[in-house]
Amino acid sequence: MFNFTTFIQLIIDGLATGSIYAALALAIVLVNQATGIINFAQGGMAVLSAYFGMTIGNLMLPIHPILGIVVGIIAAAIISYGMGAIIERFVMRRFIGSHPDTQVVATVGLLTLITGAAGLIWTYNYIPYPFFFDAGESFRIGNVAISVWSLTTFLTILALMGVLQALFRGTKMGLGLRAVADNSASAALSGINVGRMLMAGWGLAAVLGAIAGILVAAKIQLQPGMFDTFLVYALAAVIIGGLDSPIGAVVAAWGIAILENLAGTYIPWIGHDMKIAVPFVLLFVILLLRPQGLFGRKVVVRV
Amino acid sequence: MPETPLLELTEVSAAYGPVKVLHDVSLSVPSGGAVGILGANGAGKTTTLRAISGTVRVPSGAIRFNGTDIRGKRPDQVAALGIAHVPEGRGTLPNMTVRENLLVGAYLRSDRDGIERDIDYLLDLFPNLRRRIRSNGSALSGGEQQMLAVARAFMAKPKLLVLDEPSLGLAPSTAQDVYAAIAKLRAESGIAMLVVEQNANLAFSIVDSAVVLETGRSVLTGTTAELKGNDEIRKAYLGG
Repeated sequence: MFNFTTFIQLIIDGLATGSIYAALALAIVLVNQATGIINFAQGGMAVLSAYFGMTIGNLMLPIHPILGIVVGIIAAAIISYGMGAIIERFVMRRFIGSHPDTQVVATVGLLTLITGAAGLIWTYNYIPYPFFFDAGESFRIGNVAISVWSLTTFLTILALMGVLQALFRGTKMGLGLRAVADNSASAALSGINVGRMLMAGWGLAAVLGAIAGILVAAKIQLQPGMFDTFLVYALAAVIIGGLDSPIGAVVAAWGIAILENLAGTYIPWIGHDMKIAVPFVLLFVILLLRPQGLFGRKVVVRV
Repeated sequence: MPETPLLELTEVSAAYGPVKVLHDVSLSVPSGGAVGILGANGAGKTTTLRAISGTVRVPSGAIRFNGTDIRGKRPDQVAALGIAHVPEGRGTLPNMTVRENLLVGAYLRSDRDGIERDIDYLLDLFPNLRRRIRSNGSALSGGEQQMLAVARAFMAKPKLLVLDEPSLGLAPSTAQDVYAAIAKLRAESGIAMLVVEQNANLAFSIVDSAVVLETGRSVLTGTTAELKGNDEIRKAYLGG
């Protein structure tokens, strides 16, 4: 029997999970547009930032719980920006001009290093992340129970996207970031410090990831490898949406999460165990039909 | 005593990795003057401009601009000192609109009113760009892209405009339009120019003097009139 209430709940939960994929996907697109590479360490950096945020926030927790949480979020954002900028300046900068594969392998190495470091410091056990509300809390509109976490996550990511859009379209720094992403040699000739913009791009991407990391930690607790599956979904969203299209990546991320939820519930033989396969079947079909992704531009690849 | 030149290159060499492309180039551009660089393919014209704007390694020689040694500076630092380089192949920003391209050109300026005034002035000079103000750089024709590249460089209010073959890939009449606009820019702003051009006739329409490069060396310097009177130059670059 089709139950409309369940259907709406599946969509809302899908939008929330999809927003996490979207944040990570946006971070990947941001770095890719500026540097042309896919940063496999994006999820790992997010988790590490969340750990730092939690550790610093916990120092404030005895004074006031809310203060601890807020300080933790701010600390995670600042630290992630610095982490992104430092990784660009001192690791990725050294690979500029080398083969893209080499650069991608370097980010995979970073992921391993970061996950290992987090495990060493904070262990591989799940640690509860102190947050404003409990992950199980929900409220009702009519018959539909809406999870507070889902709503918060969806709205937070939506707000972050608005801020990013305002930054890119309405500020001088945004103009510089876009110019560097578009044609870095020409941007430099116009007086834009390309290195500084790359650091800022990596920093902003890391902040986006860190906020997503905290939201996930608030739901499933903090663990060094917690973002690995999310990264896989985010990559699928990036590929489906088109590597050069932030809007495409976000729409694809929501679409993947909703479809996955619906398929897991309504197609009996897929169920909970098989639903991870859904985005990849989708990915496979879409890439066969539109290799540049749904929203991407066709690019002639120089090999 | 002659006045100190705005830009002076003395025995400059340049290399891409281990491959030396320039060996010994000397030239100077006076304040408000316009100098051409002539030479065959591979003579080092483009590399000379890259040496100035800091996009190629310069192992030896001196490059002085407006009293500062600029050898070894980054491209954005050179730009900040007042040199605007229109690179070979135009270098417009393909996924940004014409207006955004012009705003990027003015990146180092903060006088909002002046920037809007200059955009308006350039759109009068290049009416095609006014019609396409909301189009992306990649949607423009070759001639429009070249106009956009020149306009973008001019937006920086540079002391020296460095142009790398503005006529490249353009139909002859379009190339002449571009040069006419550049000549007007120069007449109205008094900005100094250094122009690389394969087509010497076009170059001579805006420069006062020129340097001839051969295999990475400057071999001859003269005023436009002197070079036009030189038989070898006439044969090599002026078509008889």
